[in-house]
Amino acid sequence: MRKLLYFIPALIMAGLGAAFYLQLGKDASVVPSALIDRAAPEFALDPIEGHDRPGLASADFRGQVTVVNVFASWCLPCRAEHPLVMALAERDDIQVAGLNYKDKPEDARRWLAELGDPYDRIGADQTGRVGIDFGVYGVPETFVIDRNGVVRFKHVGPLTEEHVRKSILPAIEALQK
Amino acid sequence: MTRRLLIALALLLASPALAVMPDEVLDDPALEARAREVSKELRCLVCQNQSIDDSNADLARDLRVLVRERLVAGDSNDQALEFIVDRYGDYVLLKPPVQANTLALWAGPAVIFLIAGGILLVRVRRKTPLSSAPPALTADEEARVLRALDPDRQERD
Amino acid sequence: MIPELGNFALALALIVSFVMTGAGLAGAQMGNAAWMVAARPAAIALFGLSSIAFAALTWAFVVSDFSVSNVAANSHSLKPMLYKVSGVWGNHEGSMLLWVLMLSLFGAAVAVLGDNLPPGLRARVLGVQGGIAFGFLLFILLTSNPFDRLDPAPLDGQGLNPLLQDPGLAFHPPMLYLGYVGLSVTFCFAIAALIEGKVDAAWARWVRPWTLAAWSSLTLGIALGSWWAYYELGWGGWWFWDPVENASFMPWLAATALLHSAIVVEKRDALKTWTVLLAIIAFSFSLLGTFLVRSGVLTSVHAFATDPARGLYILLFLLAVIGGSLTLFAIRAPAMKSGGLFAPVSREGALVLNNLLLSTALATVLLGTLYPLFLEVVSGDKVSVGPPFFNATFVPLMIPLIIAMAAGPLMGWKRGDLAGVLSRLKVAGIAVGIAIAVTWWAQSDGPPLALLGIGLAAWLFVGTLIEFAERTRLFRVPLSNSLRRAAGLPRSAWGLLLGHAGVAILVAGVTGSSAWTVEKIQAMAIGEAIDVAGYSFTLDAVTEGQGPNYQYRRAAFTVRHDGKVYDVLEPEKRFFPVERNETTEAAIRSTFLGDLYAVIGDETPQGTWVTRIYFNPLVPWIWAGCLIMVAGGLVSLSDRRLRIGAPQRKRATPSPAPAPAE
Repeated sequence: MRKLLYFIPALIMAGLGAAFYLQLGKDASVVPSALIDRAAPEFALDPIEGHDRPGLASADFRGQVTVVNVFASWCLPCRAEHPLVMALAERDDIQVAGLNYKDKPEDARRWLAELGDPYDRIGADQTGRVGIDFGVYGVPETFVIDRNGVVRFKHVGPLTEEHVRKSILPAIEALQK
Repeated sequence: MTRRLLIALALLLASPALAVMPDEVLDDPALEARAREVSKELRCLVCQNQSIDDSNADLARDLRVLVRERLVAGDSNDQALEFIVDRYGDYVLLKPPVQANTLALWAGPAVIFLIAGGILLVRVRRKTPLSSAPPALTADEEARVLRALDPDRQERD
Repeated sequence: MIPELGNFALALALIVSFVMTGAGLAGAQMGNAAWMVAARPAAIALFGLSSIAFAALTWAFVVSDFSVSNVAANSHSLKPMLYKVSGVWGNHEGSMLLWVLMLSLFGAAVAVLGDNLPPGLRARVLGVQGGIAFGFLLFILLTSNPFDRLDPAPLDGQGLNPLLQDPGLAFHPPMLYLGYVGLSVTFCFAIAALIEGKVDAAWARWVRPWTLAAWSSLTLGIALGSWWAYYELGWGGWWFWDPVENASFMPWLAATALLHSAIVVEKRDALKTWTVLLAIIAFSFSLLGTFLVRSGVLTSVHAFATDPARGLYILLFLLAVIGGSLTLFAIRAPAMKSGGLFAPVSREGALVLNNLLLSTALATVLLGTLYPLFLEVVSGDKVSVGPPFFNATFVPLMIPLIIAMAAGPLMGWKRGDLAGVLSRLKVAGIAVGIAIAVTWWAQSDGPPLALLGIGLAAWLFVGTLIEFAERTRLFRVPLSNSLRRAAGLPRSAWGLLLGHAGVAILVAGVTGSSAWTVEKIQAMAIGEAIDVAGYSFTLDAVTEGQGPNYQYRRAAFTVRHDGKVYDVLEPEKRFFPVERNETTEAAIRSTFLGDLYAVIGDETPQGTWVTRIYFNPLVPWIWAGCLIMVAGGLVSLSDRRLRIGAPQRKRATPSPAPAPAE
């Protein structure tokens, strides 16, 4: 029995090794959202100045499933994921909303004119306050919000086809039932 | 992978220092001191392992300003922290709250100290020469004495 | 051609390290004298080959041979020569090569200096050393070859992160590695002792100099890194409890504990299994540090570019080395019986308390550093563990340690007299009172804990002096007599004096800088003045210019004290066009009581300049304390008793061991 005590250091090492192994290759920098399964924050944002889409407010989430995409013209990865957001906008069972994060209106207008505007509504969050209320820490981010205005899913970073297929679409389908 | 690359890039472009800027500083020194205290407890999300007080990232700046606004509006330090945690989760707290999933963390040092100390105390007690009359040597002790007196004779076991 | 030579040397080194392992371990096991002897030239050859490889890489950096991809990625033709050279180890591949070079240096040192070691022990130590070198060399050749070529070669390199282009950081990694790798020798001795099943006073004497050397380098390396952060990051912080800092601090804590427990083994033949375990743990933490920095499991500001394949290799290597040695420990250690008995209140007892507190501190730092990782694996939750946690848990452990540090050296071996020791520490108690009173008078607005910190520093400093005064019979015999005694004391007594006094000064510095820092952040117009801690800073001018590979903006602050010009501080902000990156160079003027610290920022829209001016109290004491500690380590290292040649054949039977014989 006493001899078993001497195995404790080796066992601790084994535990450490197992933990390291499980964590290897994972991206340690993605932070889970505190908002999942909670009501989206209350806000009302003006549209982008001079752009012909309505603004965005929390009341707009009522009644239909909404995908909120946080974007900015200064954000390079947003450009990369943009075609996927355009594709999402093809669906007519959801509303695609944009949160234009800390952007200048003229830059945002030019960016949307160049790449296309997939958004049904766009809120211009010039101060970044609504972004903070949403817990945004790295643009782009994408939220899926249900008919009652409850946040159900969040993706941080640029979307890829795989993300859309494996997480965004299933999240939307689940909410349509 | 891309994401990690981007973060690496962001880190590379972020120059160090010059976190709190003069225009953020509150006029009331007591309130400003509290704001610094709160900021030191909050993690900057985009720059690993720095507090928002130490970081010059944009988001860190926004959060510092927000913390100051909350304090000016009459929040206590804890309420200001709560406000941020509400949006970003426990992850932003550099000092994790004591709760079920951090119990092992907070109790760990004390438990380790007590267990190790306890084992030591028992062992030292047992070995302390308490009585002046030495007990007879056991066979094992006898062998140890011999070994100690003549190390070269020591047999491998 | 030269890089190919380096590559070839590395491949040869791999073979030699394999031979060294086989000859050393198998030779000793089978009692084959020829094989055992062969391990020595193999160790020397390994050092030669690693030196050739390292020199080849250095040459490629010095002549800016951008056809070597490592040079292209980490250097630039315009870089000053110092940073071309330090660029060799400023990247993952090169730093691994430096690690191997140091490892082989220590191996060769054991081979050359180890004349007095029993042949079996020496062969085993070299064998284990060769095995570690083999693992690292294989790692380099398989995943991180610094000699890989680029075709076509780029016209110029991508430069080195400007933060690393700094004298402090140029020498920080080599010192740190010297420490990490020095602990490998202690580790090898521990493994050899486990295989042989024998740990005695002679073993402790052989182990101690290596531990001391490693500890001194680690202390210096950590201090250099900390000093760099202090002046380069630009807000006066010097320790952040970042995972990578912790990775270097944990081996230091283990080495410090080992340094003290080895004394007990040497003098009293007790704590043997524990000391062997500590020797294994200390080196394990060195390896763990390497893993944490390179695997990407933990995020950190300082982390190297990470790669899961490398991470997997290092993990397997770690499991083999650490897991294997701890298993060996579990099997062999129960058979090792400790000798010397002692009462709880005794010198041994104090050293055990030291070990208990240091190990708990070590466990705390480990827990805090890895907890986020564990929690994520176990439950998927994410938490952050930052400086506030470490301050709340680590500091309380240091308080009893420092209190005991003053009393321990005054205790007798086997059975101490606590009341007697305390009465001899009366003067230290008085010093605590005075120190606290003076601090209170000078700085009544600081946190109360700061008074405790200053009191502890005074207690330890004066307590350490008392111990030394008693040894030299100061004030009891004529001064000349005392001086003669001091000169005649063993060097290890001087080591104790310097080591402990250094800690006292460090504690004062840490306390002062965390309690009473004065910070002023403002926008200043040219000609404007501002008062900080009794000094007046006038912003006289902001100029721009061109450095060797950067553009700079330089401010000139005239500092006045009591109306007289005291100094001119010239902080800079540098922009490195190649790396597209900025650094801040704080201007620092140290005074006895603290640093005047100035930083220049950007221009505001109103045409004024953002400036930060600090008074960082007692920060110079931190660096002084660390240097004194290092000096203590080196002086102790020069002790005749510990010199490798000293214990000769006189395998002293440890002073009459089992206490019942009393």
